[in-house]
Amino acid sequence: MEVPILKQGAVLIATFQAALSDADLNQLRIGLVQQVVRFRSRAVIVDVTAMDVMDSFASRTLREISHMIRLRGAETVIVGIQPEVAFAMVQLGLTLEGVATALDLEEGLAYLNEKFKTTN
Amino acid sequence: MALNNQNVELGRSEAPSELLRELVAHLRQNRTQLREEWVVRITETRLLTAMTKEEIFAEATSVYDSYVEALETEAFEALQAYARNLSERIIPRGVETHEVVGIVLLLRDVLARSLFAKYQNDFKKLNRILDAYEPAANRIANTVAVGFVQERERVIRQQQEAIRELSTPVLQVRERLLILPIIGVIDPQRARQLTEQLLRGIRTNRAKVVVIDITGVAAMDVTVANHLVQTVEASRLLGATVIVTGLSPEIAQTLVTIGVDLGKMNTVGDLQGGIEQAERLLGYKVERLAEPR
Repeated sequence: MEVPILKQGAVLIATFQAALSDADLNQLRIGLVQQVVRFRSRAVIVDVTAMDVMDSFASRTLREISHMIRLRGAETVIVGIQPEVAFAMVQLGLTLEGVATALDLEEGLAYLNEKFKTTN
Repeated sequence: MALNNQNVELGRSEAPSELLRELVAHLRQNRTQLREEWVVRITETRLLTAMTKEEIFAEATSVYDSYVEALETEAFEALQAYARNLSERIIPRGVETHEVVGIVLLLRDVLARSLFAKYQNDFKKLNRILDAYEPAANRIANTVAVGFVQERERVIRQQQEAIRELSTPVLQVRERLLILPIIGVIDPQRARQLTEQLLRGIRTNRAKVVVIDITGVAAMDVTVANHLVQTVEASRLLGATVIVTGLSPEIAQTLVTIGVDLGKMNTVGDLQGGIEQAERLLGYKVERLAEPR
């Protein structure tokens, strides 16, 4: 199942579905990294609300995505991590250091708007 | 095989209930003496040290009577109720399981001895009496022990529940600001519960900043300290900033020993400072409008 990437102003939004294969994740990574420059986006929001389990591959991919996006000149915000998932990830040592996080999509957009305001 | 056949034959000639009746009559007759002996044995073996001699004697009397009654009627409900009642009274005084089991087994021994003494000239009869007595006695011992353990477990469950209820509330003090005051000893189970509560609280209250105040926690072991760090990191994944306040010197020592990355931990000396910093993070400015009256 391919992850759709939506464009909302200067932000790209990718919403994870519950069951994503490793191949889907790889494709998402490639898609995001390409489109962020094509659309001259300033930020990417990855919404993982639907994921009630996050394996090590998925969270490693999330970190990779955000680091690659930064190298392409934009910022990544991960939103909607479930409480149980958050704690499980931390226990596995997957803390997504250096990646911005927010409670949900709304919060993520608010965070980015704030940020755009100060950098403009 | 031969012994079995013999038993069957004997069983036919004299019903077990008949034997039990005889047995009960014997125990009733020698009540004072046997009870006396039992109490002496209890004191000798240093059981029930938490109770006074008079109390032991009083309890022994009622246990003895219930015991004989259970033997007679072969109905264990009354004994069960009595055992529960007894446990309720003696558990708060620190009576241990081994003591309760011990005294019941002692009574069993005392009574068996008296049977030996009574029927020592009639070996066959002694055998039959013991055949009737032993299963009933074992069942009584079992009933009392199980009753005691059940009561104990009930008390423990109740206490655990009480502790869980006393356990920490997650409080919202301003929009998007939560406070989690932790008081008392944190064991791994409570730590897990706290984390769950906090993470859920962050989601339902849409919190951006959380102040965890651990002024009331004197010390924590490495496991719990690690758990605290993990809680901080998990909260960040939900988009909330955690400020930890009121770290005691001992806890600070523990955190340094386990090598916490201090870049991830936001700490402030006391709760007031923590709330002030949280307000700054949230963009609040608290101003005094007038001198206090």
